[in-house]
Amino acid sequence: MIQLAIDLAFVLEKAILIGGIISVSLLVAMYSTWAERKVAGFMQDRLGPNRAGPFGLFQPLADGLKLFMKEEIIPNASNKFLFILGPGLAMMTAMMTSAVIPWGKQIEIFGRTVDLQIADINIGILYIFAVLSMGVYGIMIGGWASNNKFSLLAALRGASQMISYELAMGLSIIALLMLTGSLSLKTIVELQSASGGWWNIVYQPLGFLIFIVCAFAECNRTPFDLPEAENELNFGYHQEYSSMKLGFYLFAEYINMFMSSVLMATLYFGGYDIPFVNDASLIESMGMNMVAVLQGLSLFLKAAFFIFVFMWVRWTIPRFRYDQLMHLGWKVMIPLALINMLITAIVVLIKENGWPF
Amino acid sequence: MQMLTNRSKAVDRHPMTVWEKMYLPAIAKGMSITLSHFFKKKPTINYPEETRPFSPVFRGLHILNRDEEGRENCTACGLCAVACPAEAITMEAAERKEGEEHLYREEKYAAKYEINMLRCIFCGLCEEACPKDAIYLSETFAPSNYKREGFIYGKNDLLIPDPKKEPELYQKAVGERARKK
Repeated sequence: MIQLAIDLAFVLEKAILIGGIISVSLLVAMYSTWAERKVAGFMQDRLGPNRAGPFGLFQPLADGLKLFMKEEIIPNASNKFLFILGPGLAMMTAMMTSAVIPWGKQIEIFGRTVDLQIADINIGILYIFAVLSMGVYGIMIGGWASNNKFSLLAALRGASQMISYELAMGLSIIALLMLTGSLSLKTIVELQSASGGWWNIVYQPLGFLIFIVCAFAECNRTPFDLPEAENELNFGYHQEYSSMKLGFYLFAEYINMFMSSVLMATLYFGGYDIPFVNDASLIESMGMNMVAVLQGLSLFLKAAFFIFVFMWVRWTIPRFRYDQLMHLGWKVMIPLALINMLITAIVVLIKENGWPF
Repeated sequence: MQMLTNRSKAVDRHPMTVWEKMYLPAIAKGMSITLSHFFKKKPTINYPEETRPFSPVFRGLHILNRDEEGRENCTACGLCAVACPAEAITMEAAERKEGEEHLYREEKYAAKYEINMLRCIFCGLCEEACPKDAIYLSETFAPSNYKREGFIYGKNDLLIPDPKKEPELYQKAVGERARKK
């Protein structure tokens, strides 16, 4: 007989964790907008926003308030249900990625050992890819439902771009999976943590390069921001949107950016592993909870660095032409990823079975 | 073609080498340039808190002067209005009455004195025309306003604070330049 007893404490624990992670990612996305403008300013010899509060720290609040106050316009010719569904879907898929990311090892509260991960499923990476592909729907539905040819063009661009780069991204991940032998993100992080601080970036530099380029394309960030291409398509797929629905699209972009930064840190830079220290011995000396906080901080700093790289690239590299984008995706990235996969496979086989000749 | 300067460069159209085709070195170069700008000193002047230093001959907002005892210098002779090329100044004269000697320096004074700051071209001819040293151009400029009427400055906008009653405000209104004189 199957036991269907629901552990209430378990449900509560997960609910708190979900709430915490969602609010943290929203906060990070909020301040990414501020950081983006600051970074843009500094890179262009300006100061960036500095009027709202100290260093302009209240700027995101002012921006959010402005977006809420704006008139909500739904075009007459649009498909109203899908028009509203679009930004919601974009936001949801952006948030869903966080479910399988391990934010730290474990903490002990009220005698319970709590994993700092919402769901440690053994197909974690597969789940992330599934959710990422769903992100296309947010763009596609929003662009189509607007009933505007520019929006539709932008949505088509966005969809084909995301699908093209997902392929290379998946292939670069496969090489990584050959090394780790697991699809669970927790296992991947623990393997990196256990092997004496050698993170996956050491074994997979080319894979990481492909992954980061594809992550830029997936997030629709410059140099791959063709779906938004202000000067060609006015504003891209969210041209007809106003008020917080537009805010949702813009916000989803920043959450996506945060999530892919966290993912890069998790897959290639040791995740929550604290660099230069043996985490296991640190737990013995400092206690589990303290180390979990440090681990969370370590992951956060790594992610913050990648967010900075996202912005740094945005304010450096101009946008690709569409044929260049497709050329890069299909004729450069995919063959490179395949070669990377092949080499990794050969090395892994030789390591397991010895030199065959 | 005849060269006008020797700065022109021939356009380089050679096919890209493998190194250039890799695109990554160029990206790294570009990224290093933007990062170097990240740490550069910013030339921004945070306006309300900081201001650019004015030139010593800067002609800003007008000030109606008082003497050391706080009496208005202006006698409403109208020379400034005549001198004004933009016809921005209007005034109405009045006669000083008994017991007003502490307010006005001479028997005649300006009951109304208006300068339209939208007409004014800040040439400083009024300052030159004034025989009584009653008007001069200060170091500030007219702040923005929502209405055109707001730019017509009356006597209470233009008069310098009383040096006896409000010495600090008076010093501030006199400004750096006049103090040096």
